[in-house]
Amino acid sequence: SLNDVVFPSTEEERHLRANDRELNLSYKYSDNAIKTSKYNIFTFLPLNLFEQFQRLANAYFLFLLCLQSIPEVSSLPWYTTVVPLVLVLSMTMAKDGSDDMNRHRCDKQVNNRQVEVLVEGELQSEKWMDVQVGDIVKLENNQFVTADLLLLSSSEPLNLVYIETAELDGETNLKVKQALTVTGKLEDSVEKLANFNGEVRCEPPNNRLDKFTGTLTLKGETYSLDNERILLRGCTLRNTQWCFGLVIFGGPDTKLMQNCGRTTFKRTSIDRLMNVLVLSIFGFLMIMCLILAIGNGIWEYQEGSKFAAFLPKGVNAPFSAFLTFWSYVIILNTVVPISLYVSVEIIRLGNSFYINWDRKMYYPKNDTPAEARTTTLNEELGQIKYIFSDKTGTLTQNVMTFNKCSINGKAYGELLDFSGQRVEINEVREKVDFSWNNLADPKFCFHDNSLVEVVREGNPEVQAFFRLLSLCHTVMPEEKKEGELYYQAQSPDEGALVTAARNFGFVFRSRTPESITVVEMGELVTYELLAVLDFNNVRKRMSVIVRSPEGKLTLYCKGADTIIFERLNPSCSNLTEVTTLHLNEFAGEGLRTLALAYKDIDPEYMEDWKLRHHVANTAMDEREEKLDALYEEIEKGLLLLGSTAVEDKLQDGVPQTIEQLSKADIKIWVLTGDKQETAENIGYSCNMLREEMNEVFIVSANTSEEVRKELQTARRKMTPDGTEEPTVKKSRSGLFCLQKTETVADEPVNGEYAMVINGHSLAFALEKDMEIELLRTACMCQTVICCRVTPLQKAQVVELVKKYKQAVTLAIGDGANDVSMIKAAHIGVGISGQEGMQAVLSSDYSFAQFRYLQRLLLVHGRWSYLRMCKFLRYFFYKNFTFTFVHFWYGFFCGFSAQTVFDEWFITLFNLVYTALPVLSLSLFDQDVNDWWSFQYPQLYTPGQLNQYFSKRAFVYTVLHSGYSSLVLFFIPWAAMYDTVRDDGKEIVDYQSFALLAQTCLLIAVSIQLGLDTHYWTAMNQFFLWGSLSVYFAVIFTMYSNGMFLTLTSSFPFIGTARNSLNQPNVWLTMLLTSVLCVLPVVAYRFLRILLWPTINDKVRGRGSTHLSLDKVLPPTPRRVQARRTSTRRSGYAFSHAQGYGDLVTSGKFLRRTPKSRTTPSLNSAFIARHRIKNENTVI
Amino acid sequence: MMASNYNAKEEDGHQPAAIGHGGAGTVKNKKPDNTAFKQQRLPAWQPILTAGTVLPAFFVIGLIFIPIGIGLFVTSNNIKELEIDYTGGDMSSPCYNCSQSYSWNSTKPCTCSVPFSLDQPFESNVFMYYGLSNFYQNHRRYVKSRDDSQLNGDKASLKSPSKECEPYRTSDEKPIAPCGAIANSLFNDTLELYYIDPNGSRTAIPLVKKGIAWWTDKHVKFRNPGGNDNLTVVFQGTSKPVNWRKSVYELDPSDPDNNGFINEDFIVWMRTAALPTFRKLYRIIHKKPNMTPTLPLGQYILEVTYNYPVRSFEGRKRMILSTISWMGGKNPFLGIAYITVGSVCFFLGIVLLIIHHKYGNRNHSADIPS
Repeated sequence: SLNDVVFPSTEEERHLRANDRELNLSYKYSDNAIKTSKYNIFTFLPLNLFEQFQRLANAYFLFLLCLQSIPEVSSLPWYTTVVPLVLVLSMTMAKDGSDDMNRHRCDKQVNNRQVEVLVEGELQSEKWMDVQVGDIVKLENNQFVTADLLLLSSSEPLNLVYIETAELDGETNLKVKQALTVTGKLEDSVEKLANFNGEVRCEPPNNRLDKFTGTLTLKGETYSLDNERILLRGCTLRNTQWCFGLVIFGGPDTKLMQNCGRTTFKRTSIDRLMNVLVLSIFGFLMIMCLILAIGNGIWEYQEGSKFAAFLPKGVNAPFSAFLTFWSYVIILNTVVPISLYVSVEIIRLGNSFYINWDRKMYYPKNDTPAEARTTTLNEELGQIKYIFSDKTGTLTQNVMTFNKCSINGKAYGELLDFSGQRVEINEVREKVDFSWNNLADPKFCFHDNSLVEVVREGNPEVQAFFRLLSLCHTVMPEEKKEGELYYQAQSPDEGALVTAARNFGFVFRSRTPESITVVEMGELVTYELLAVLDFNNVRKRMSVIVRSPEGKLTLYCKGADTIIFERLNPSCSNLTEVTTLHLNEFAGEGLRTLALAYKDIDPEYMEDWKLRHHVANTAMDEREEKLDALYEEIEKGLLLLGSTAVEDKLQDGVPQTIEQLSKADIKIWVLTGDKQETAENIGYSCNMLREEMNEVFIVSANTSEEVRKELQTARRKMTPDGTEEPTVKKSRSGLFCLQKTETVADEPVNGEYAMVINGHSLAFALEKDMEIELLRTACMCQTVICCRVTPLQKAQVVELVKKYKQAVTLAIGDGANDVSMIKAAHIGVGISGQEGMQAVLSSDYSFAQFRYLQRLLLVHGRWSYLRMCKFLRYFFYKNFTFTFVHFWYGFFCGFSAQTVFDEWFITLFNLVYTALPVLSLSLFDQDVNDWWSFQYPQLYTPGQLNQYFSKRAFVYTVLHSGYSSLVLFFIPWAAMYDTVRDDGKEIVDYQSFALLAQTCLLIAVSIQLGLDTHYWTAMNQFFLWGSLSVYFAVIFTMYSNGMFLTLTSSFPFIGTARNSLNQPNVWLTMLLTSVLCVLPVVAYRFLRILLWPTINDKVRGRGSTHLSLDKVLPPTPRRVQARRTSTRRSGYAFSHAQGYGDLVTSGKFLRRTPKSRTTPSLNSAFIARHRIKNENTVI
Repeated sequence: MMASNYNAKEEDGHQPAAIGHGGAGTVKNKKPDNTAFKQQRLPAWQPILTAGTVLPAFFVIGLIFIPIGIGLFVTSNNIKELEIDYTGGDMSSPCYNCSQSYSWNSTKPCTCSVPFSLDQPFESNVFMYYGLSNFYQNHRRYVKSRDDSQLNGDKASLKSPSKECEPYRTSDEKPIAPCGAIANSLFNDTLELYYIDPNGSRTAIPLVKKGIAWWTDKHVKFRNPGGNDNLTVVFQGTSKPVNWRKSVYELDPSDPDNNGFINEDFIVWMRTAALPTFRKLYRIIHKKPNMTPTLPLGQYILEVTYNYPVRSFEGRKRMILSTISWMGGKNPFLGIAYITVGSVCFFLGIVLLIIHHKYGNRNHSADIPS
């Protein structure tokens, strides 16, 4: 069907035939070459310029340039605009160019990767970019998947392949894909593959990673295709020797590429404010120009017409006013100088580098420095109000360690000193020596020697305890080398327990469907595995029934304490009491606990039970219920062994960081996919939930109404006399005030509350009609924990807060499930150094440890915000002052748009004379150093309240500039009025006056800069004095004979500097203007510090009164985590997925394992196997 | 300002494990460099506005400014200045007739004499200025209407002046030299000064017309084309500015060093004023070698050849006689401003001191909430 050619853009269905290049090419599908670069050599200049002029500022300057080319309007020579514009354009161009070069390089590297392709019946190595849709490619182990492929066959049984999707979705566990049986038969026979002519019809290219629909037609039969059959580009083949695949989507059509490049461009609130300000400045500019133009009209009418004998003939008054308007638009353009945008970018870039360079955010363990992946958001880091944090991998390390246990009424794992006091366990403490056990895991660490002693003494309970741990689980062992065991556990808890047993001398070595081999205190013992009574969420326990070599039948059971205790033999009641005490203690420390029990079984009963089990297992209906009843029957009358306590290890410094951040008035919400109990536990262990809190509300209802009720009840408890209706402030924001915003006001609360809400309730609460209720209640709480939430819900919560609080949000996470919230929040932070990269890739900042967040916010964020605000305030001050002087001069030059400064000065003022001092102010300034920032996290709050730069601050700046410009114009005016030089010659000529006015201005703004600088480094001094010297050097050069004689028309100011600057009254005028500009500012600031000091002033003052930091500062008291004495019980801490029980016993996965040891690939086959359902559906 | 100097010497990094990892530095890792710059620990001086620094500064500024101001004020007051408005707008003014009848196009010179008297003698060199008011020499169209290349003696520009000079670029299809509106409107009144002896006889006071322009203007910026040889030849083929009565090479035929573009009256005029009211140096009356005052007190007559019309735009013309000082001409503003600012500073210092004494203990670091 060569006729139905469909273009990719309008593609509705993809159709292709394997090994038929001719047909496939006729569809003009894109090949496998990717192109992420934007330009090539020829398109670079025009395209890049086109893009750049789309920016408002650049376009504005182009417009000014056009205006300047009209002689009647031109009030400034062309170079005043061209020089800055060219500079800015070329800087941006250089940056874009180098970025694109990198992309070109990457593209080239990827496109030139080699892969084996089946061409004309032979396997040939070809470049990736030459691979076409419909080709069959061969992938080998650890190779990247070339394109989106239909899996045809593989080296593994059942045509499985294992892939790692970390690059795609950040999940590090292996995933399994399975080929259709019909294609699987092709195996690796080149001949069969070359003759394969299946036709595929499938969906057009799209970006959905988890969905694929299509059909394969082969020899008249049609097979349905789904995501299970597709290998996506970006994945890596693992544990699979080889596989063959049919290319379905190539290059830009692949789901990986379809997912790229649509990251939303984040803008900071300062950016948005700046846009509004720039717009209002434009309005202001127009008003000024209008006033001056009207002035010009009047002047021309009244004076200019009579002045005709002297002035070159002008035009009539109204037209002259019109022209003057545009002339003043040119002159006064400095209110919004182009260099503002460039400087802002440079400052942000500089502050981003500081983040990259910070050694205190470098994590040596995996050699990861912090990284600012976005360079445009820095100042927003100083304004964060809400933090949304993931739990696993962010607050916790996602490492479980066997920490404590209670065996037969005795607790182990505590370290006591001689007086019986608890000793804090840290890295320095001596670890238990496991060298007696050559199968021990060297990474395991335990500090209580007594447990080793008892187990080696042969204490039967302790041995039984560890035997249970080594038998009752679904872990798969891997023994790559003799004695080097690796456990593949489905949940890290289980891995931790089996590893503990291994180190205490009960080494789980290998398993078959019917047996488990354990090395018990150096002795190889094989147990016959009779049944696995698997874990699920209802049972909250798992058991195994084994027969020892001696023939003894035993049931080993572990599970949630409450569940186990219900099933104990009454004889254990004393032990239960003691164990409960221990359990409470463990739970109080935030450990995840399990109770262990066993029971011996009568062989005859077992025979009977096994029969019934078989019947139930093969029953057609109500199989689950029947099995449950059977399990219930046998798991009775258990004998308690003890309990384990596993620590879900928090990352270092998490509680301290959270405390610091909450002192900075930042609210932290934990959004986790974990279970409620786990999440609560972590909440307690990182001090977000505290015993002394008035109440912790738990919202876990099943209907919309109940959720609403629970939320309302909680809110009323917190503010009994609060209003029922939320206070919503409606306003408009954004450019032209087009965006409507609604802000829900914060409500006062007495006391400390917390809220835990589960995903199910959250789904109701996030509905349109309840979201405000949720927000109000949640925002009153000190701590909010959302558990069992989906990635989408995470993003929804963030969006909710963004929408109604108008506050700056930050999301931090490490996994693919955090990507949505990282992208939704104003700032996304990824925890790097873990294996998954998805979160980091979509984040704006990344570092290795949660605790670096406090440095990022309290130090870097605060400084960035402070610097940016100082910069903006100062920059607007400087330029407004500059411009206003022109405005005043308009009244003295017949509103003729004559400049008051030399044209060269206008060109260079922003670019040369003031650029570097301002940059050094905004790159080096610190009001207080990082130490004080940590000491007083309250210093962070001004940022949250937008105190340093707001519309109000802007108005003050404008008024300040107004004052300064009055001084800077009228003092020279009055001082020079009708005066002469000390030799009687001219000094009030235009050129001398221009020189005086511009020098006064430059000195005044430099002094103001000095006043604004809080942190004088050598660089600041150098740049400030350097710029002033450069100014004088430049004017003496430009006003020199040589310059005049070379370029007469460009440098008419010859001699002005020499003739003016030797006059005492000129210098006296400069001194007077400087003092007058600075004096009120100093007086005001002094009074403000004296009468209304801010926290910054106090801290600064404090820092200065004590010259040596070491003397004043007591070492930060190390917070010893309070031990909770609560009855709170941690729940059964297995991860919530179903176990592998059925697989362990199914035996299916062991088809090719004659030996007792499983091969690595089979092992993963086993793990992945249970995900496969409905194989090979034939339509 | 008070300041604190410190170099932060803090522990770097939290991890003791770093030693194990970085080792002896042989392994290249990504650990950022420990430089003061990268770690933002540059040694710095942190000025703080404290009472100890601000208050003395105010007093010191006050104490410095007041004497300077007094000095300036006294100096300015000691300068003798006499200003005579000879515009003739008033019926009673001797130049009334001239001002009424005169226009650019009339050929007949009109003269008037303005008598005045000096109450006190002017010693040392006396400078004679003409002053114009309401004259917008700083108007943009006016300021740019010149060709510096032409004035600098560039022959090409002489023949073809810059477009900026329009509409005073050519006349009768010949280029105008000097072109442009500024040159065209050259001040062309002639002022002469006579001393009336008590016996009634008039003595002309010698007015020196050289040395009134900036040295750089006279010697660098303005040059006659082709050096100073026969200007008549050099300027052949050019036309005089429309308002001028004589050509540029006839400005001072007696002195080749003061003729053509380098005529000092012309140079002075070409240095456009910054403000619509201005004065320009016209002549210098050098002091006499003996001890007699340059201008003794008594009766004088100012003889004006009234050429320059200002009535149309309500301008004023003045003749100013002035002595000068180290700080230039008479202008009391700076002196008064310094005295005022100095006093305000001193006063502010006192007020701040009182406020500081009353409320100063508020800023105590102990009350930082934590």
